[in-house]
Amino acid sequence: MTTRSLDLIKSGDFNVIGKRPVRHDGVDKVTGRAAYGADISLPGMLHAKVLRSPHAHATIVSIDTSRAAALSGVHAVITYKDLPEPSEGITELNESGVQATYYKAYNMLAREKALYDGHAIAAVAAIDPHIAEEAVRLIDVEYELHPPVMDCQQAIGPDAILVLPDIYTDTEGEVDDKPSNVTTHIIFEEGDLEKGFAGADVVVESEYNTATVHQGYIETHNATARWHEDESLEIWCSSQGQFGIRQELSDLLQMPISKINVTPMEIGGGFGGKTTVYLEILAALLSRKTDRPVKMTMTRAEVLRGTGPTPGTWEKVKIGATNDGRITAAHVTLYFEAGGVPGSPLGAGAMTALGPYSLKNFRVDGYEVLVNKPHSHAYRAPGATMSEYAVETAVDEICEKIGMDPMEFRLLNASKEGDLRVDGPPLLLVGNIECLENIKNSDHWQTPLEQPKEPHLKRGRGLASGFWMNGGGKSSAQGRVNPDGTVTLVEGSVDIGGTRTSVAMQMAEVLGIPIEDIIPIVPDTDSVNFTGVTGGSRVTYATGYAAFEAAHEIVRQMADGVADIWEVDRQDVEFEDGKFSSNGKAATFKEAAELLDEEEIGILGTASVSPSRAGNTFTVQVADIEVDIETGKVQVLRYTGTQDAGIAIYPPYVEGQLQGGIVQGIGWALNEEYFYDGEGHLRNASLLDYRMPTSLDLPMIDAIITEVPNPGHPYGVRGVGEASIISPPAVIANAIYDAVGVRMRDLPMSPPRVQKAISENGGA
Amino acid sequence: MATEIISGPTLVTATINGDVTTFKCEPRDSLLDVLRETLQLTGAKEGCNNGNCGACNVILDGTLVNSCCVLAVEARGGEITTIEGVATPEGLHPIQVAFLENAALQCGVCTPGFIISSKALLETNPNPTEHEIRFWLAGNLCRCTGYDKIVRAVQDAAVRMQEA
Repeated sequence: MTTRSLDLIKSGDFNVIGKRPVRHDGVDKVTGRAAYGADISLPGMLHAKVLRSPHAHATIVSIDTSRAAALSGVHAVITYKDLPEPSEGITELNESGVQATYYKAYNMLAREKALYDGHAIAAVAAIDPHIAEEAVRLIDVEYELHPPVMDCQQAIGPDAILVLPDIYTDTEGEVDDKPSNVTTHIIFEEGDLEKGFAGADVVVESEYNTATVHQGYIETHNATARWHEDESLEIWCSSQGQFGIRQELSDLLQMPISKINVTPMEIGGGFGGKTTVYLEILAALLSRKTDRPVKMTMTRAEVLRGTGPTPGTWEKVKIGATNDGRITAAHVTLYFEAGGVPGSPLGAGAMTALGPYSLKNFRVDGYEVLVNKPHSHAYRAPGATMSEYAVETAVDEICEKIGMDPMEFRLLNASKEGDLRVDGPPLLLVGNIECLENIKNSDHWQTPLEQPKEPHLKRGRGLASGFWMNGGGKSSAQGRVNPDGTVTLVEGSVDIGGTRTSVAMQMAEVLGIPIEDIIPIVPDTDSVNFTGVTGGSRVTYATGYAAFEAAHEIVRQMADGVADIWEVDRQDVEFEDGKFSSNGKAATFKEAAELLDEEEIGILGTASVSPSRAGNTFTVQVADIEVDIETGKVQVLRYTGTQDAGIAIYPPYVEGQLQGGIVQGIGWALNEEYFYDGEGHLRNASLLDYRMPTSLDLPMIDAIITEVPNPGHPYGVRGVGEASIISPPAVIANAIYDAVGVRMRDLPMSPPRVQKAISENGGA
Repeated sequence: MATEIISGPTLVTATINGDVTTFKCEPRDSLLDVLRETLQLTGAKEGCNNGNCGACNVILDGTLVNSCCVLAVEARGGEITTIEGVATPEGLHPIQVAFLENAALQCGVCTPGFIISSKALLETNPNPTEHEIRFWLAGNLCRCTGYDKIVRAVQDAAVRMQEA
């Protein structure tokens, strides 16, 4: 069956794949009917609010909840003392790796110290949210303040104040005996760095800084919990992975997973930030204490202060090349902010930093550093945007120094099939060169940039590549054939942007039926087998793979049934183009479904798969920008990006992933940053001051889909959800250099920074 | 204009999606609170609760408003269109069809706000330029799509509405 699919890929002769149907959940979402987490309401429900630390770094001397508890309408107050004493184990954090359960618990409710402005201290359940809010203000906390540690350079200094008292740097398994703010030091190396640099004609070496930024999903976090007398727990929440939420709750509450049922509500964006519990654990504890359902929603300020932004970084890049454009050596050093407790996307940032290039001599050092900021979390291609921004800017600098076209340089040094990734495994068939060529041949790249007449406006063009690994892992799907020939597809992946349809399309392709005849459903954890998080660009790949396998199981069962009914040998029944046939007898899928139903033969095809060859992906992007040299404002005039999608199952939503990721990257490049004052207070915790791009800031975003089939998937799928965000900061930094001759080595490249850089450079 | 003091639980009557509706609210309650919590019209979403994201947008007496920034008592006697009132029993509104056909939504949580804003735009300016669309929609944040397909959907909706 798989072989036939590969033949199909080559012929491109699909019935459903590659088409542009309306998504199954579309009507619910354009009419306001779709039920998101905050839309739930249960009988007898209480509302709860959280007390958050106003201090970035403070010992909690005492917490007195008596005044809050005495307020009329208040049903319960909780602090960390209501959590079971954390076990020694580790908790799986979906795509962000693992974390010691102790620190997970610490981040949920502060223990000895409040570790950042916004750290949850206590929560109150009351009959309405206003009373809960009022009660929160009646909780008396005595703090002993400490100076906050606010960035990596400060945190690793010789006399640095310790964020946590008992962290010892782990360098590839060797643990220091002196406590430090550096939790881990990872190293990837190959070849001879010294020899590589000695053989270079040109070496560039610089430092870069990137700001702490937030994923910025429009839906704030929410959770509703109902604890039952039999010590079981129901949760409704907006999460990228209902099974991860179940696991984390099981670890934190020390109860069996079979006692927890998590229903994933529609989710209003996540981008890596909704892969972990925040409110779920508090709502569960409060429901247990009050014997009532408890609902919680965060305000926008709480989202920015109290969830997981992605790390700010301090980075050093040194790259050497010959005059004819060969990279001889590269050394990248990354410092990633973990926030107040250990755990960050450092590993992925280190693994991807040099991904677009074929290298013999390299070294990547990665350090994860504790600071008094919220515990950092994944954000779309976690870690890669920061590390590749620095590397891609340095590559542009090399090209300038040796006088080589940046497109030709990238083509010459491009990583390709068989090259080893910095973390070891070889690349399978990949589309790096194809992506470069698609941009090289694009109308955008082929059209010369024209300068405006106004003397204060300067235009430039920038180019950058990006590399992302993509994820596989376990996914489950089941297809139940209905008497009318439709198929109810129950799948485990939360649909964050059209994957009900991209998964269903793969089932429809196998079954030879129209996409409208598949009815996709994403149920609670009790109703489908384990499926990993909607993250790592894995859903269309892995859950699509499960749907493909479940569809083949349906075909096998139906062929068995048809053979019995027709009284023919099973091996004589063929299934092709949606038709069963044998010795002159034939039935369409629909006719066969009716026939089997009449004979009371039920068909249920299920599959749980764990594919490991997700297929690495590349993106190449180009932008034209205009700099106002008087104000430093950068306007994006034209933007084109491509990504290797393997085979694009559902092209409009592949384009959407490209466009959406690019615009998030533009926001990261130009505007977005956490502003902290000297005391470590977040000063821009609103969507007015944490400035994400609006429609008015942008041009159309041209998305070109590159298709180099992934040999690790029956239909050639590669994940497309993340890579697009990686390149914009470097693309725009390189374009600014082209326009005004200044290298922007700090993100965001906001008007004051650009204006300052221009004036320090003596004008444009 | 005489000042009126309103305090304590108050009854308010407004026409919501064509239905004359009376609800009880506190003076502090926003129109969004009442729509979502009291009337169970949960199509309007809360993304920021201070007028920055547009996910709660409704049309009040012909004007596009952030329902999180309007007090429910201010809606007295008013005529309100929410996302629930955009489609009719005859079918989806051309803007809704255009959003679906152009894949102009991903997670969908900002979509009700964008559709309401687009409706307010196209009812006053049936043939907007790309810049006019981008300017009008600048009060609606979308974090998934990069706006490209939304702007195209509004362009497409303008054509559909003129043909209808």
